[in-house]
Amino acid sequence: MVTMTELHKYGTRKLIMPGTAACPGCPLQVGMRQLAMALDGKFVMVIPAGCSSVIPGMAPYTAYTVPVLHVPFASSPAVASGIVRAVRQRGNEGPVVVWAGDGATADIGFATLSGAAYRNEDILYIMADNEAYMNTGIQASGTTPWMAWTTTSPRGKAEDKKDVALIMLMHKVPYVATASIAYPMDFIDKVRRAMQVKGFRFIHLHAPCPPGWKMDDAYTIRATRLAVETGAWILWEYNQGKLTISPPSIPFKDRARRKPLEEYLKIQGRFANLKPEDIKLMEEKIDRQWDLILKLAEIYK
Amino acid sequence: MTGQISLAKQVKKVLVGDHAVAEAVKLARVNVISAYPITPQTLIVERISEMIEKGELKADYIRVESEFAALATVYGAAAGGARAFTATSSHGLFYMYEMLWWAAASRVPLVMAVVTRVLGPPWNIHDEHSDLLAIRDSGWIIGMAQNVQEAFDMTLTAFKISEDEKVLLPVAIGLDGFILSHTAEPLDIPSQEDVDSWLPPRNPRIPYTIEPGGEPITMGNLPKNDAYHALLKKYMDESMENAKKVIAEVYDEYGKLTGRNYGPLTECYRCSDARYIAVSMGAWSGDIMGAIERLRDEGYPVGLLRIRYLRPFPEEDITAWINGAKGVIVFDRDYSAGLGGVLASEISGFIPSNVSFEGVLAGLGGFDVSPDEFRGIIKEFIDKTEREGPIKIRKYWYIPKVEG
Amino acid sequence: MSVAEKLRGLLLSTPAAGAGGRTGTWRVYRPVVNYSKCTKCGLCWLYCPENVIDWLEDKNVRINYDYCKGCGICADVCPVKAIDMVKEGVV
Repeated sequence: MVTMTELHKYGTRKLIMPGTAACPGCPLQVGMRQLAMALDGKFVMVIPAGCSSVIPGMAPYTAYTVPVLHVPFASSPAVASGIVRAVRQRGNEGPVVVWAGDGATADIGFATLSGAAYRNEDILYIMADNEAYMNTGIQASGTTPWMAWTTTSPRGKAEDKKDVALIMLMHKVPYVATASIAYPMDFIDKVRRAMQVKGFRFIHLHAPCPPGWKMDDAYTIRATRLAVETGAWILWEYNQGKLTISPPSIPFKDRARRKPLEEYLKIQGRFANLKPEDIKLMEEKIDRQWDLILKLAEIYK
Repeated sequence: MTGQISLAKQVKKVLVGDHAVAEAVKLARVNVISAYPITPQTLIVERISEMIEKGELKADYIRVESEFAALATVYGAAAGGARAFTATSSHGLFYMYEMLWWAAASRVPLVMAVVTRVLGPPWNIHDEHSDLLAIRDSGWIIGMAQNVQEAFDMTLTAFKISEDEKVLLPVAIGLDGFILSHTAEPLDIPSQEDVDSWLPPRNPRIPYTIEPGGEPITMGNLPKNDAYHALLKKYMDESMENAKKVIAEVYDEYGKLTGRNYGPLTECYRCSDARYIAVSMGAWSGDIMGAIERLRDEGYPVGLLRIRYLRPFPEEDITAWINGAKGVIVFDRDYSAGLGGVLASEISGFIPSNVSFEGVLAGLGGFDVSPDEFRGIIKEFIDKTEREGPIKIRKYWYIPKVEG
Repeated sequence: MSVAEKLRGLLLSTPAAGAGGRTGTWRVYRPVVNYSKCTKCGLCWLYCPENVIDWLEDKNVRINYDYCKGCGICADVCPVKAIDMVKEGVV
């Protein structure tokens, strides 16, 4: 289990260089720093089109300190499959990581994702989910939650959130987990446990976006934490046959211990026009999701 | 450049075009192969799969879910330092269109076989060159074979050309669907040892490799100045120009190895004393040569300029051969909508105004054109020119009568 | 220059600070650490999106104002409210 004491060794090490093009308060930056620490700065990244294509700044320089291949939107799982086969042939067992957004993963890259998962390619796939196509200016994606405002769902999204992590579970890959940038120890531990496993490993990382969610850029971590504390985001982990609720989410199995959903919603401008009946429906959806995950934990004991 | 090359001991085999390509992939010791089945390419991937299962070829074969994934995967393998190969046709090629441009501009070496096929609708699995020609702007070097031997030779040399440090551009080798892909012809195949002495393993350092623990480089983030992009295109152009020389050098060496000497970018059949030049690409060039034989017997001073590589565009060859010609007739087994034949449009700019020119659209949809039909078309063109002086027919549609 | 060398700096980039510019100039508010309150827990360092906070060997923190964008996350996550967001231009 990682501790702050252990992470202190990265105290002055710039695994990502400062001075990026990211928005102030960007969750992807927070998450990638945690990923880099988990892997001790030794990995390659395949990055499809998205915020992380632009965040590292402009050639001849980049903020990323590991080898990176920027690739077309739908291609990252396939490109990563090729890279990993090539380097493994040369005896290089190092981590090949896809760092992709929700758009690249759940929508346009869905076929290549499914293909790589089904082939059980030896890659670590992180879906950094800011819940919309943020890089192009906040359009709805498959993982945008129900009733969220985006530029292409101005009255609130009609569809529900696509559950990519469960879809990955159904591909029978050896490791699937959800994570949150507000729970860095949990995320780092998950990355490290995933690295003990060979094959396709998928982590769905919650990454709330201040401009996209219409919230103060100081509230990135606060909002992410509230997602877990209200039960809206469930932290769970599936590792080679066993599915468990992660420690930070365990208290919130109990409805009574969850913070009122309003606390999570009112911090975000994208839910400003929710009516009480919408919030009630949202709570019911959260209950059902908990029910589903808990039942899966029983099945995968 | 490798050291002393001596004539290889070769084995004669009878193979269909697709299997000949697979044989070349095996001899080139490709590391990573990924392809999605599509008629008429399928025999390539099936044979390669079989070779790997039997241990004849030690490679990773990645069974992907689409052609887009196939090219993305071999592109990733190439960026990861491996020698990689894919193959496709028509609709599959178009499904990977985005990745084609990305791969070329990433400057990683790659080889792809394109078994040419018509694009629908209506559905049609027969031969047309439109698919291969549609990628001519992408940065891929494009070659097309005339027969099964050449399909094998072009695939094998493609790796050497692509990986040359003065080139570093991917290479696409076209072979006519069914006409070559599924037709058995005899061919001579060098041994593995002889190929090894001429084609070394891929050097992953050239031009760069993305690998864990490797150099911390990023490929492809936004440029600070848009002019960087323009510069990269100019460098790509320089590499295309370099490719003309490199292709000549590679075939020169290959000629010493196999005894087969090709005109590197183009080949001329009975051109040296020709007053009229026909131009074509691909398998039907053989039928046109048959027509030329007959016309020569009838006293027509005509020859055939066969284009082997369309990219880099063999400008010097074309201007040299048509210099002094009275007329040029180009055969296109493709159609660029609203313009006419692609080869005709690319060549017409080099034809002086006092030289007769005709662009023939034939074989579209895959219908056969016999040597006698070619003879008729060429004869008509030459007769008309002799009667009336230089003519300019940009689109001569040749379509046989269709039963009602 | 070889073909491969020509690609460097155009197609291929290398790591450097400020690849997105001198982002300290974006700031409207700047974080100011009240060192008497600071418990040296390191949470501000952990959550800083821009990696501009150094968590030094003695566990003190130091902010690099060349690149700090003033997002305010450090102030928001500080468990003892030791960081104030002060409007730029205020002396």
